[in-house]
Amino acid sequence: MSEKNLQSEFLKGIWQENPVFVAVLGLCPSLAVTNSCINGLAMGAATFFVLVCSSILVSALKSVIPKPVRISMYVLIIATFVTIVDFSLAAWLPDIHKALGAFIALIVVNCLILGRQEAFASKNPVGLSIADAMGMALGFTLALTLIGGIREILGNGSLLGFSLFGPHFEPWVIMVLPPGGFFTLGGLLMVFQYWKDRKQARLRAEQNREPLVKGPMVV
Amino acid sequence: MELLWIFVSACVINNFTLAYFLGLCPFFGVSGRLDTALKMGVANTFVLTITSVCAYLLNTYFLVYVPYLRLISYIFVIASTVQLTEMLIKKMSPVLFKALGIFLPLITTNCAILGLALFQTNREYNFVEGVVFALGAGAGLTLALVIMAGIRRDTELSNVQDLVRGAAMNFFIAGILSMAFMGFAGLFSS
Repeated sequence: MSEKNLQSEFLKGIWQENPVFVAVLGLCPSLAVTNSCINGLAMGAATFFVLVCSSILVSALKSVIPKPVRISMYVLIIATFVTIVDFSLAAWLPDIHKALGAFIALIVVNCLILGRQEAFASKNPVGLSIADAMGMALGFTLALTLIGGIREILGNGSLLGFSLFGPHFEPWVIMVLPPGGFFTLGGLLMVFQYWKDRKQARLRAEQNREPLVKGPMVV
Repeated sequence: MELLWIFVSACVINNFTLAYFLGLCPFFGVSGRLDTALKMGVANTFVLTITSVCAYLLNTYFLVYVPYLRLISYIFVIASTVQLTEMLIKKMSPVLFKALGIFLPLITTNCAILGLALFQTNREYNFVEGVVFALGAGAGLTLALVIMAGIRRDTELSNVQDLVRGAAMNFFIAGILSMAFMGFAGLFSS
């Protein structure tokens, strides 16, 4: 196994182990609030804050937290930071808070955050945990913004509130409605699968130096 | 009439999974087999109902004094309820316990449960309305899970491009299901 360093821990979350497209975690917020680009971005930012802060705390307290009750402790820590985000957004950005509604509070049960605490922050020093949390959260934010952007462009004919196609564009209303979320993410997963397959095929071709056989696999 | 409306609304019109995207993890995770899906739905309904009762009690007697502890106390109650359900199922049906596997403790982080507690608070439901809402939501979750499991069983052997097989296809199926459920929106026009 290669040595862990800050840069690689940071970068892996953005692309290689992207929480939404590769690990398929944190689905509920990534579909529920992404009917416009700005909502996706706001949700990503809120998750970023919660994930980074709780990673710092969990990583710093890892020797104090008793093993049998660790999950409850993580949830408690996460819930505290979510409460902070919830109240700050309500005070400073009431419009966004209203648009995201109950889904701000639902960050508590985002499996991505709990997953990072259990898999990374509880085993690694603070610095690495921050890098990992920032990378993962940034990857999540990018994914949400991308999904939100696609849905807003197709469903509303605009991006970040600016009209793109002029008055003759007939918006695909379905894209901003719930089914559109499933279709967008399904399509994006398909694109990622294509990239993954192609990369694997290239690796195999380099190893074997044999032409690839299409069709059903022979075991 | 009011209660019937709450039930039908939570069950099909605003189905938790297909309209609010709550509880997607078990929706994609345990919908591989029909009987497991049904039992998962029932376990979820059980936890939802107890959570609804607890959330109501918390809202009336405790959270009026400390509103900022809302999230923390909800999640605490949910975690305890799930622990209880887990013990019950383990005692009563070890086979089912094995079949549900990791997804049983994960009910704790199922957004549907916390979502129910929050929606119920936002809409200011009373005790009976809350329980009916929980039953409706549970029935809706079970319905979505069972339909999804049925479709997945039938598509397993069909000839699909390798590229789409797996996660991507499940999302497309879910999208079409979600579209079908939108049709219920006209059920109560008043």
